[in-house]
Amino acid sequence: MARVLGTSIKRREDPALITGRGKYTDDLQAAGMAHAAIVRSPYAHARIRGIDTSAAEALPGVLAVLTARDVAAAGIPGVVPVGWLLPDLKTPAHPMIAADTVRHVGDAVAVVVAEDRYLARDAAERVAVDYEPLDAVADVVAALEDGAPAVHEEAPGNVAFDWEIGDSESVDAAFASAANTVELDLRNNRLIPHAIEPRAVLASFDSSTGEMTIHMTSQNPHVHRLLMTLASLGMPEHKVRIVAPEVGGGFGSKIHHYADEAIVGLCSMKLDRPVKWAATRTETNLTDAHGRDHSTHCALALDADGRITGLRVDTAAAMGAYLSTFAPAVPTYLYGTLMSGQYDIPAIHCHVTGVFTHTAPVDAYRGAGRPEATYVVERLMHLAGEATGLGPVEVRRRNFVPADAFPYQTQVALAYDSGNYGPAMDRALEMIGYDDLRTEQASRRGNGGGKLIGIGFSSYIEACGLAPSAVVGSLGAQAGQWESADVRVHPTASVTVYTGSSSHGQGHETTFSQIVADKLGIAPEAVEVIHGDTDLVQFGMGTYGSRSAAVGGSAIVKSVEKIIEKGKKIAAHLLEASAEDLEFEDGSFRVAGSPDRALALGDVALQAYLAHNYPDDLEPGLSATSFYDPANFTYPFGTHVCVVEVDTETGSIDLLRYAAVDDVGNVINPMIVDGQLHGGLAQGIGQALWENAVYDDSGQLVSGSLMDYAVPKIHNLIPFELDRTTTPCPHNPLGVKGVGEAGAIASPAAVVNAVVDALAPFGISHIDMPLTPEKVWRAVNG
Amino acid sequence: MTVSIQLEVNGKPVQATVEPRRLLVHFLREDLGLTGANIGCETSLCGACTVLVDGDAVKSCTMLAAQADGASVTTIEGLARNGDLHPLQEGFWEKHGLQCGYCTPGMILSANYLLAQNPSPSDEEIREGLKGNICRCTGYHNIVEAVKYAAERMS
Ligand code: FES
Ligand code: FES
Repeated sequence: MARVLGTSIKRREDPALITGRGKYTDDLQAAGMAHAAIVRSPYAHARIRGIDTSAAEALPGVLAVLTARDVAAAGIPGVVPVGWLLPDLKTPAHPMIAADTVRHVGDAVAVVVAEDRYLARDAAERVAVDYEPLDAVADVVAALEDGAPAVHEEAPGNVAFDWEIGDSESVDAAFASAANTVELDLRNNRLIPHAIEPRAVLASFDSSTGEMTIHMTSQNPHVHRLLMTLASLGMPEHKVRIVAPEVGGGFGSKIHHYADEAIVGLCSMKLDRPVKWAATRTETNLTDAHGRDHSTHCALALDADGRITGLRVDTAAAMGAYLSTFAPAVPTYLYGTLMSGQYDIPAIHCHVTGVFTHTAPVDAYRGAGRPEATYVVERLMHLAGEATGLGPVEVRRRNFVPADAFPYQTQVALAYDSGNYGPAMDRALEMIGYDDLRTEQASRRGNGGGKLIGIGFSSYIEACGLAPSAVVGSLGAQAGQWESADVRVHPTASVTVYTGSSSHGQGHETTFSQIVADKLGIAPEAVEVIHGDTDLVQFGMGTYGSRSAAVGGSAIVKSVEKIIEKGKKIAAHLLEASAEDLEFEDGSFRVAGSPDRALALGDVALQAYLAHNYPDDLEPGLSATSFYDPANFTYPFGTHVCVVEVDTETGSIDLLRYAAVDDVGNVINPMIVDGQLHGGLAQGIGQALWENAVYDDSGQLVSGSLMDYAVPKIHNLIPFELDRTTTPCPHNPLGVKGVGEAGAIASPAAVVNAVVDALAPFGISHIDMPLTPEKVWRAVNG
Repeated sequence: MTVSIQLEVNGKPVQATVEPRRLLVHFLREDLGLTGANIGCETSLCGACTVLVDGDAVKSCTMLAAQADGASVTTIEGLARNGDLHPLQEGFWEKHGLQCGYCTPGMILSANYLLAQNPSPSDEEIREGLKGNICRCTGYHNIVEAVKYAAERMS
C-alpha cells in the first residue's frame, strides 16, 4: 500500500467549500428563528445613567430588549470569566452586559431580538442610552502614568499583574562586565485578527427538555461549553450542546469566550426560540480579542567574542478593558519563557506588567506571545550583529544552542527537547543567494541611488503543542492541555475518528485520516473524521497553539495502537496462535514467521462485533478512546530571510524575496503544512508593514474597518520560497511539532531587520511596526 | 413597502417581492437559500460576497436585490455544470487555494471574471485582478497557482 503519511493528499474538506455547500454559522436557519442585534457603547469609558428601551420595544416585530437588569433578574452568573490565573492577578468582573459602567467602545449595553435581521438593527438604534462620558485611556504606556483614568477600581494604577521570570542579579552582572551591549525601545503593534468570517452564533433553547444547542464560530466547542455554562448562563453542562459548523478562520479570536455569544444564549432561553446573531465587521473588530500591543525596553550584553552573556526585557502588555479567556498567559508564559530564542544565553530576566486599558481585550492571536518574544530577541540579534561587526549570520551562528546540547535547559523555564539550528540557516542562505545579495546591496549603496536593498533574518523558536496539563496547571491554567480521540473500527473495517481537536480551516479531516490510514494500513477514504460537536465528541481542548497534530494527532495514534493490540488478541484466538507472536502490518494481522497465517483488519473487525468465536476474556467491539497528555511542549524552529527594496525618496517598501526554512518535525501532509506557513507569513508580514489597530486618545478605534485597517491583499504579497529541515519531535509518536503559527512568529522580525539593514547607511537602527512609508520617510529624513 | 423583482439566478427564473432596502446578498442567502456567497464585511471591502451579475463580478453586499431586477445572477452554486466542477473550482482544490473556505466563493467568482477578460493572465495580472478579494488564511500564494491552473485548463 502506498504511503499516506508525508503525502500531499488533496483536502476532503474542499468539495463542499468550493461549491458553496459548506455551512457556516450564519448560513444556518432554524424554524422560528429570531435575530439579535447588540447595542454597544460608543464611548470608551462612561457611566450609564439610564437606558430607555421603550421606542425599540414599540416597533412591530420586536420580541425583546434585554439589559443588565434582565441578566440579574434571570438569576444566572452572568459574567465572562478569565481562564488563566497568575499570582496576585486582579480579576475585576466582566459582566455579560454592562450594568453601570462601560469600559471600551463596543461594550454591550443591551440586546434587541426581532423577527428579522433588519428590524433588529432598526430597533437597536432606537435604544436610548444616557451616558455620562468619563476620561479614558487607550494607550498601554499612558495607562501606567500617574493620574491615568482608572479602568477598574480594583486595579490601582491599571496594573492587572506584575510578573517576572529569570534571574535579574545574574543579568546585572552580565551587563556590568559586557564588552558590548545593545538596547532597544520598541512597540509591538496591536493587531485585529480579522478572520474573514465574523463571529456568529445561533442558540436554540427548548424549554420542554431544558436543552440548548448552540452553533457558533468556535475553535474549541468544549471549552466554550464549559465557560458558557459555568460562568455565564449557569446551565448544567450536559444540557448544552455546542457545535462548530464550518468556521471561517479564527487565528485565536475564536478560542475565547465572549459576552455576545452568552447574551444570545440568554435571549434564546428568555424567548424559548432560536436566536441568531452575526457580527458585522465593525462589531467583530470592536469586540474580538486583539493581539500583541506591547511596549518594551530590552537589552543584550555580549562578551568580546560576540557571545551573549545576558538579556534583559521589560514589557508593558495591554490587557484591554477586561481579562479575556487566556489573556494573562500570553505575555507571560507564552512570551517570557521564549526569550532564549535559538541561543545559549546564560542569564535572562524578563519583567512584564499587565495593563488595563479602555480598549477591546487583548488575548491570543496567531503565535500569541511567541511572535512578540521572537521580535524582541531577533531585533536585538540584528543590532548585536552590527555592534560586534560579526553581521547577522555569524552572530547568530556563534550563539546557537549547539546541536549536541539537547535537551537544552534555558534560563526561562523551558527545556528544549531537540533542535539543530545550523542547517536551517545554511539552507536559507543558499536559497536566497546571500553573497550575491550582499554584493548587489553594496553596489546600490555605492551608486548613491534612492532604492536600497536590505536583507533581514529571523531565527525563531516556538514552544507549541500546548502541552503538559500538570505544567500549565502549575502556571495558572484553569484547563487541561491534553487532547482526546475516540477511534471506532466498524465491522466492515471502515473507521470513524472522533477528535476533540476542532478544525477551522486547517484541514484536520484530511490530515487525521492520513494518520489513521497509515497506521491501520487502510485507504484514507475509509476513515471519517468527526469534530466540533460536544454531543458527538466526548471532550476536547480544541485547536490553538499549533497543537492539533502534535497533541490531537498523537491521541489518535494512541487509540489506534490500542485497537491494534486488541485486534492481535482477537486474531490470535482465530488463528490459534499466541498474541505475542502476532504482527500487524499493511492492514493484516500475521503470525510471525508464517506469512500464510494472516487475517485482514476487516476479518478481525467483523469477528469483534459478531463475537461468536471470541476470546473469553475480551469485550466485543473494536474501538478505543485515549486522552493524550504530552510530556513537553514541541519546539519548531527555523530561519527566515526577507529581502526588501526601500525607496528612500518615498519611504515605500517593496518585498523582493521571502525564503523560509522551517523545521516542524515530521510532516503528514506537505501541501497543508506549506499552506499553514503561507498564511502565517502573510499575517506576520502584514504586522510588519501594514496592520495596526489604532485607538485615539479618547479610546475610539479609528482603524475599525477594512477601509483603515490594512489586511494584506493579494497584490501586496509575493510568492514565498519554502523549504524544510526535519528534526522529529522525540516525545510524541508522530514526531510532529506543529506549524500553524510559525510564519506569524518568524516574519515580523525578518521584515523589520531587512528594512533596517537597507537603511543602515542612514544610521537608522529601529523603526516601529508597521513600517509605513511615512515612518520610513521620516526616519530617513531625520 | 415592497417591490417585485424578476431575475435569473443560476439559470433559473426567480420572482420575488422584497423590501427595497434588502441587499442582494441577503436575498440570495436568506430568501433563496444560496448561502455560498458569504458576508465578511457588508461594506464592499472583502469580496466574500462576490457573485456574477450579467457576467460582471459584483459585491452583492453593495447591491440591492431590487437593482438585480431583470439581471442574470450566477453564484458559486451555479458554477459547476452537470456535476462537473468548473476549472477554477478544480484549481482551488488541486492547488490548495483555500483553507477555511470563507473567501473562496467570492474569490472563485472574481477569478472567473478575470479569466473572462484575460484568459491567460500573468502572475502579476492575477494579483492585480483579485485585489478586491481578501483571504486571511492562504497568504494568496496558492490562490495564484489555482487561477493559473484553471487558466491552463480553460485555454
Ligand atoms: S461582504 Fe461584501 S465585500 Fe465584504
Ligand atoms: S480561505 Fe479562509 S479567508 Fe480565504
